[in-house]
Amino acid sequence: MRWSWFPGHADDLASLTLLHLQMTVLAVGLGILIAVPLAILAHRVGRVRGPVLALTGVLFTIPSLALFILLLPFTGLSMTTAVIGLTVYTLVVLVRNTIEGLSSVPPHISEAARAMGYGRTHVLLAVELPLALPVVMAGVRIATVMTISLVSVAGFIGQGALGQLFIDGFQRNFPEPIVAGIALTLLLALVADVLLVGVQRALTPWTRR
Amino acid sequence: MGLLQQIAEWFTQATHWSGEDGLPVRLLEHLEYSVLSTVVAALIGLPIGLFIGHTGRGAFLAINLSGFGRALPTVGLVTLVFLVSGLSIWPVYIALVVLAVPAIVTNAYAGMAGVEPDLRDAARGMGMTGWQRLWKVEAPVALPLILTGIRLAAVQVVATATIAAYVSFGGLGRYLFDGLAQRDLPQVLAGAVAVAVLAVVTDLLLAALQRVLLPRGLRLRRAQASAGG
Repeated sequence: MRWSWFPGHADDLASLTLLHLQMTVLAVGLGILIAVPLAILAHRVGRVRGPVLALTGVLFTIPSLALFILLLPFTGLSMTTAVIGLTVYTLVVLVRNTIEGLSSVPPHISEAARAMGYGRTHVLLAVELPLALPVVMAGVRIATVMTISLVSVAGFIGQGALGQLFIDGFQRNFPEPIVAGIALTLLLALVADVLLVGVQRALTPWTRR
Repeated sequence: MGLLQQIAEWFTQATHWSGEDGLPVRLLEHLEYSVLSTVVAALIGLPIGLFIGHTGRGAFLAINLSGFGRALPTVGLVTLVFLVSGLSIWPVYIALVVLAVPAIVTNAYAGMAGVEPDLRDAARGMGMTGWQRLWKVEAPVALPLILTGIRLAAVQVVATATIAAYVSFGGLGRYLFDGLAQRDLPQVLAGAVAVAVLAVVTDLLLAALQRVLLPRGLRLRRAQASAGG
């Protein structure tokens, strides 16, 4: 191991880590924007629930590399392809956890809010979603860590961020970039997870009492 | 939709169904990597998961292992082990096993942890030994989740075995990487379709197996729960 390689490439590593983070935030953010309304719909309309869970489940089963490649004819070797693929993978966890969170709200609490004159939307936004938040956030944490690891698969279509280091290192028979890539990916996942726990605690102050 | 037609054409050409680079050979190679890795991972992961669940010791390990397994980038693992160990198929197997073990351990543990304390007490009260409780009570009750872990691991292994082709071995991944190198889009897409279909079929087959293997007692309990529910 040539340790001098690491400080010599600190700038590259930092910018790749930042790119990795951007792609993750984009994918998980889009995933939340799609999954939460879907889950609310599935929670409200019982008939939609089965199909939504089945569809996201099948999409999740498709290997990530195959999915990236199947998107190539539409979006090419671009970051869009990578982000769309990553977003699709976050859906199964986010939808399932949001539905689970909403169903875990005791009915008498929603009914009490209704009795106090809250409309259905108001109950959803002010009572049900906040109470579902711990379960939803558990899903966001899983989806985030998973996405951070999956970004590297997009390296095969040239959009791997830190995963690009694996391809470079392999092609040049050079282990240092690979080691740096693995270490930074694991570190990023750990930091993101700790941050999300902090976000969850800040958003649900009542759970700490 | 010319592209769909091209993919369909690729699948119907007789040359793609015979010889060393034909679909049957590539499929068998892919299954060879996947089955062997999943079996080895189960042989490693199940004893660990069952032990942690039975004794309650090391639960912290089991829970954190799943997070680590999710965060570990497989491509990095395969390429690193490959560079360190040289040209052989072992890096692929090592990486696939490392990938599969966490899901098996954590699900086996979760299944064992979910066994009701009343049930454990009853078994103990009947005078069962530790081994008897494990084999006759805890493991059968935990079986659905144990099998879920194996199923998740197997599907993930099938998806990831594609990488074997990246480090010069066979399997369905050959079509993806050869096609990308030759800029032969129909071949790449056909390979992606084949891998995706194999993963979905694996998932469905193991889900069916899971239903068949469900112990009679649990089936009865579920039927009662839904009837009484």
